[in-house]
Amino acid sequence: MTTTETPHTGNPQPRGRVLPVTDLSLVVLVGASGSGKSTFARRHFKPTEVLSSDFCRGLVADDENDQSASRDAFDVLHHIAGKRLAAGRRTVVDATSVQQDARRQLIDLARQHDVLPIAIVLDVPEEVCAERNATRTDRADLPRRVIRRHIRELRRSLRHLEREGFRKVHVLRGVEEVEHATVVTEKRFNDLTHLTGPFDVIGDVHGCSAELEALLGKLGYVDGVHPEGRTAVFVGDLVDRGPDSPGVLRRVMAMVKSGDALCVPGNHENKFGRHLKGRNVRHTHGLAETIAQMEGESEEFRAEVREFIDGLVSHYVLDGGRLVVCHAGLPEKYHGRTSGRVRSHALYGDTTGETDEFGLPVRYPWAEDYRGRAAVVYGHTPVPEATWLNNTICLDTGAVFGGRLTALRWPERELVDVPAERVWYEPARPLRTEAPGGHEGRPLDLADVHGRRVVETRYAGRVSVREENAAAALEVMSRFAIDPRLLPYLPPTMAPTATSRLDGFLEHPAEAFAQYREDGVARVVCEEKHMGSRAVALVCRDAGTALRRFGAEGATGSLYTRTGRPFFDDAAVTEEILGRLRTAVTGAGLWDELETDWLLLDAELMPWSLKASGLLRSQYAAVGAASGAAFPAALAALEGAAARGTEVGELLERQRERAGAAAAFTRAYRRYCWTTDGLDGVRLAPFQILAVQGRSLAALPHDEQLALLDRLVEHDATGLLRTTRRLHVDTADPESVRAGVDWWLELTGRGGEGMVVKPVGALVRDAEGRLVQPGIKCRGREYLRIIYGPEYTRPENLARLRARFLNHKRSLAIREYALGLEALDRLAGGEPLWRVHEAVFGVLALESEPVDPRL
Amino acid sequence: MFLTISTTGDEQYPATDLGFLLHKHPDNPFSATLSHGTAHVLYPEADAERCTAALLLEVDAVALVRRGKGKGRGGAPDAALAQYVNDRPYAASSLLAVALSGVFSSAMRGVCHARPELPARPRPLRIEVPALPARGGPALVGRLFEPLGWTVTAEPVALDTEFPEWGDSRYVHLVLEADTLTLAEALRHLYVLLPVLDDAKHYWVSSDEVDKLLRAGEGWLPAHPEQQLITSRYLSRRWSLTRQARERLELLRLAEADDTDVEEIDNAVEAETEEGAEEKPAPLAVRRREAIVAALRASGAARVLDLGCGQGQLVQELLRDPSFTEIVGVDVSMRALTIASRRLKLDRMGERQAARVKLLQGSLTYTDRRLKGYDAAVLSEVIEHLDLPRLPALEYAVFGAARPRTVLVTTPNVEYNVRWESLPAGHARHGDHRFEWTRGEFRAWAGKVAERHDYTVEFTPVGPDDPEVGPPTQMAVFTTGTAQEAQAA
Repeated sequence: MTTTETPHTGNPQPRGRVLPVTDLSLVVLVGASGSGKSTFARRHFKPTEVLSSDFCRGLVADDENDQSASRDAFDVLHHIAGKRLAAGRRTVVDATSVQQDARRQLIDLARQHDVLPIAIVLDVPEEVCAERNATRTDRADLPRRVIRRHIRELRRSLRHLEREGFRKVHVLRGVEEVEHATVVTEKRFNDLTHLTGPFDVIGDVHGCSAELEALLGKLGYVDGVHPEGRTAVFVGDLVDRGPDSPGVLRRVMAMVKSGDALCVPGNHENKFGRHLKGRNVRHTHGLAETIAQMEGESEEFRAEVREFIDGLVSHYVLDGGRLVVCHAGLPEKYHGRTSGRVRSHALYGDTTGETDEFGLPVRYPWAEDYRGRAAVVYGHTPVPEATWLNNTICLDTGAVFGGRLTALRWPERELVDVPAERVWYEPARPLRTEAPGGHEGRPLDLADVHGRRVVETRYAGRVSVREENAAAALEVMSRFAIDPRLLPYLPPTMAPTATSRLDGFLEHPAEAFAQYREDGVARVVCEEKHMGSRAVALVCRDAGTALRRFGAEGATGSLYTRTGRPFFDDAAVTEEILGRLRTAVTGAGLWDELETDWLLLDAELMPWSLKASGLLRSQYAAVGAASGAAFPAALAALEGAAARGTEVGELLERQRERAGAAAAFTRAYRRYCWTTDGLDGVRLAPFQILAVQGRSLAALPHDEQLALLDRLVEHDATGLLRTTRRLHVDTADPESVRAGVDWWLELTGRGGEGMVVKPVGALVRDAEGRLVQPGIKCRGREYLRIIYGPEYTRPENLARLRARFLNHKRSLAIREYALGLEALDRLAGGEPLWRVHEAVFGVLALESEPVDPRL
Repeated sequence: MFLTISTTGDEQYPATDLGFLLHKHPDNPFSATLSHGTAHVLYPEADAERCTAALLLEVDAVALVRRGKGKGRGGAPDAALAQYVNDRPYAASSLLAVALSGVFSSAMRGVCHARPELPARPRPLRIEVPALPARGGPALVGRLFEPLGWTVTAEPVALDTEFPEWGDSRYVHLVLEADTLTLAEALRHLYVLLPVLDDAKHYWVSSDEVDKLLRAGEGWLPAHPEQQLITSRYLSRRWSLTRQARERLELLRLAEADDTDVEEIDNAVEAETEEGAEEKPAPLAVRRREAIVAALRASGAARVLDLGCGQGQLVQELLRDPSFTEIVGVDVSMRALTIASRRLKLDRMGERQAARVKLLQGSLTYTDRRLKGYDAAVLSEVIEHLDLPRLPALEYAVFGAARPRTVLVTTPNVEYNVRWESLPAGHARHGDHRFEWTRGEFRAWAGKVAERHDYTVEFTPVGPDDPEVGPPTQMAVFTTGTAQEAQAA
């Protein structure tokens, strides 16, 4: 707490008092009506930083001086101030604030948002105030006694301001001083966002000096200095319990002093610090050991330690706000904030108020609720293994209890640890068998997905999800989808090629090649479209991997549809398929080659009748049955009439054509149906490896992708896996384009569904930097009967069907693609489940947007 | 889209009289443009002995879909009809009935100016419909036509001869024969019964539909043993709020994206109750609500969550007891919530009452901070609608995160299923039940949940407690330590 004011004795400073004001704070101007607060605020702060009570009176009562509106006006003022502070914006309150009660409300507000309350007092003589008010028409009749009362109250308040809770108080006396003062913005102590490291964050040391030296050595430090200029960051609890707390302090203090380390305080430093200051603290939880070890240290060292501990800042925000380090963890709303409770949470964490069977406080699992963008690295709670949870990680791996001393390399996110030499101290309770928050079946929070949302994607910026679409997705995700931990991706929808004008065709590859040529994509690959259902397969090397990496018990992966439903009701069938895939991956040597123990595959599962049998029977086969039953009778009747000499030639001819189209339709859907028995007859055609451990493969060129997948298929002895036929086309070469068209004609002429044209480069942007469609589908003429009806090829039908609008579908395809890429990147980056799920859920929600379903 | 009407005759009453009766000359083909396509009438045979008139309706499937875009324009309101792949162009659907009345309107009324004596005279008639959509199958076709004096031959049509395992389609090949009916009667039978058997909706039923039914049904419908079924099916295409609620287009699109019938995923509300039919609550459902309310009262709860509130029956019950000061119904199905909101008349409820009740969309597989701090939560017939692997998520969301003092869980006791006469052995009680537990299984689960989350649990039977197989519904009452203390105090 500081108060600055000019001493009454001595000469007034000639010019310019300098008033430091913290960058995130609630600044309360205190002064009588007419003391010049508004002018002062205008001069020293941004207009949007200043909230004036007069303005708020005007807002609620159309009159800035209507005192009867004060109550409502302050409600509005407090509300806006609260919103600003919550968003981390400094706010200046321009109201008289001469009464303690008015200030108390503002101090409460500052505390609520964990920012510093700062008072700037404008102590200006009564005459000046009165004179100024007299020149203002709206205040001309303000009674003099009101000003007198203001000044009386102000004077009375001056002595109490610090006690009231203001952390800085600047008192400006007289018009001169007010006019010549300048305000400088100070950064908060905890704001080290400008430091980008790289860092090595080190967990609770607890006096384990030898382990610390070993770890520093392993991290590459030579006598406390890293040759590559890395900075160590200690999460606190340097002392107590272990064999050499002074040694640890000496090392850390030297590193901090030389700028090679940062350190935040742990609860043990805090208590030790109080002890050093002579306060009466209980010598429990290992403090006794530290005190004993300090016996032999010099008074000078003790003083240095005292000063060091005294100067520690509760937490640091580092690396542009991407990293927060503190001792016991910190919810996002406390990051970079300054208040007693922020410090207390940073040091002690949050407790539920209960105690466990060992008499220790039960900690509130704040990390479970954490949804912040910054990674929070902390210690405090010993865990057997450091694991990420919701972008937070606890590095206290119980070195002093015989565990390990652990460091996190940032931004690499690599863990480095050394084992403890021995058990230095018996724990009061066994190390928890699980990291905080890591719990089987622990679900995501509704706030991650519910309502209108915007998902930040790295490839297409902000993607919005509307409320009604999220509501539908919630229903499907909750009732039908598999466990979100095993559902790290959903495939995006794909736009068809532009509508063809060629006789008899609605879709034709010429348009697809032309579009990519326009987008500046020369090399494309045509991949045959398999006649099945889209399937995503997550294949883990073994059950242990599935458990460790995905938290899945009893499954070695998953196989799901494009809306996240399990393909097979029987988990054993899924496991059988995963087993065959695993064997093929092993045979092809892909585990080692891709340095992974899991793979996420995009694939097509055949036959279509396996999943869509309900639809096939109720819709497709039904149409076939009805037409098959009706036409013979109708044709016989027409032929009879014709034989009698009735003029029905044209009508008869048309019915024959229609009967032919209906028969072609029946042939078309039948190609998608075959009988399966268990897995006999089931085929899986993988066409992209989406991600592996630590890496999204979405940008791996398709020729390399297919080469990997060909090897996978080769090593499947069971007949499950199918290759994808393909043809490379150069969109700038007419010859090559013609070959592509011929290939498609041949493929679809034999009853194939069609093909998907993809840029070989997979993840491609156009000249303006926008994502290019990752694929364009060209569906076969016969296949489209299943989509547009048996008789769509009749010229009068085609003419109408060509009026179809692709823009929404294309935009949707890109937005879903961006979300899919985002999910893969988040998955590969080891981000928390909710972050991956957010993107996956977004894809599902977008799938419910109104788009012509036939596209 | 096709049917034939045949008759036989002799010299006195030649079969070709059919032409007079139908007002269509056997030698001249007739065409008329109707709202859904073009109707043609032609005669494959026409002599004194035998005469057959064929009605062929060419449905414009593309127009049918395109007109369906946007609501309230008289087009296809039904998702199933907004498909290009549609049986309407081929099956003898309600569209054919409309064509029948359009093309043969005089014949239907029994008017024949040229030969006024003909219409009233019964004659041998044979009607053949090669592809008749018949919900209810050949048996229902018989029950509908036989009481009217027809000899019925209804052969089911196979869905696909290449896949015999798929069985029969919903179409039958129908032949009706009678000697005692007039042509007008025959046409009126078809006009009413084709849409009844089709049971699909191709247009909104307008208010004059009742009059049409009364006119066409004159003389035969009132005495028909299936009158009720005919009337209700014929008029079932009523515009109502339930229909609006069914218009869950977002869900429909998700179903389409996954090649699924929308009914398969939009099935949170059972069809019967949705139609707004007078509800006859199954006694078991009443018992269950009584048991729940009693347990809630015993727990002293004032602020109550109904998790998976469905259509809001329990919420409604709870509202009647002022000791429940706050009642929150949560369901994942927006449709269920819409219906619940209508049931409770939320929009017309007085402020004071309305302040006591809230309906929220939520999901029990996610934690939800809105649900924290309540006295009690009810999970009535909810857990069995979740796949078993997702149950731990629900467990944590309710017992770990929301942590109400009291939690009531009811679920079917599968052992009791043998006592349901109508339930085939081995079948679940509801199509969406992902599992049904024995008493042992339920107790084992509940016991573990209680242990993991520091609750105590007691079990209460709901419904008759059969000495051998137990009660039809089992209920677990979970209580936290703090709640027990509060009770004791």
